[in-house]
Amino acid sequence: MARKSNLSDKIPIDMTPMIDIVFQLLTFFIMSLKISTAEGDFNIKMPLAAPRAGNPDPNQLPPLKLRMQADSTGNLGNMTLAERSFNGADRWAQLHNYIASVVGEGSMAASAEVELDCDYNLKYENVINAVTAVSGRMGADGQIIKLVEKIKFSPPRKP
Amino acid sequence: MKIKSDGPQATDIDMTPMIDMTFQLIAFFMILINFDAADQDDRITLPQSTLAKPPEAPTESPITVQLTRDGRAIVAGQEYANSQAIKPVLNNEKYVLESQNKSAASATIVIRAHKDVKTGMVQELIKICQEVGFEKFTLRAKEGQS
Repeated sequence: MARKSNLSDKIPIDMTPMIDIVFQLLTFFIMSLKISTAEGDFNIKMPLAAPRAGNPDPNQLPPLKLRMQADSTGNLGNMTLAERSFNGADRWAQLHNYIASVVGEGSMAASAEVELDCDYNLKYENVINAVTAVSGRMGADGQIIKLVEKIKFSPPRKP
Repeated sequence: MKIKSDGPQATDIDMTPMIDMTFQLIAFFMILINFDAADQDDRITLPQSTLAKPPEAPTESPITVQLTRDGRAIVAGQEYANSQAIKPVLNNEKYVLESQNKSAASATIVIRAHKDVKTGMVQELIKICQEVGFEKFTLRAKEGQS
């Protein structure tokens, strides 16, 4: 008796469980996706609790002390740097231009240091604005043109 | 002529394109998912800065400390009444680092503070970290026009 070969027959595979799992995975990833804007860091050099031993480096420039005073609501009131006051809506641009004129965008900028002396009640976003203004600016090609890299805080002022 | 009815018939649908597309979607979302976002907290609205770009190299031994608008500190998802209360946690972190032959000075404290928090509170937080032995700090900001 001749036997009929079954090799050419299609074996049906039940795809339902796989599709179920795949859709569950897809749902999980869609639900857990959190669209967030990019975040960046500013490095802060802080004064040590004890003063360093030995003589200070003669090549080290004295820090530029940026005084930021808050009004009664915590917003920025007066901002001064080396007897020069920065006011108005473009005060951050003024500050940036002044720092750039003092330290330049070269090797001197690398050794320059800015010290932030802020009122206790000052809103923190003003500190970030000041750090942004003294750190550099965004170039036309999207690259950051660095200015002052050493930034530190003065000891906190008591409220 | 009598037409023979075929009756209900099982129709084979080709599932291959759908499965291909679904797997591509899964791959897309898997790549897009950002586990670093676990650090982020809805209570914190970061200040914006045009220069805030993601760092090119990962930060060494980062310890993220978040500061809410009213000065409460958050470390590893745990909320504390103020910055002073996180000192034991920072001491623990220091012991963990020392057990890995690293020093507290080599670790970086990442400060994610609310944009309206008092600057003095951020300075107090930094001071407490310094007392424990941490020396490197980074202030985190959100990319955008300030």
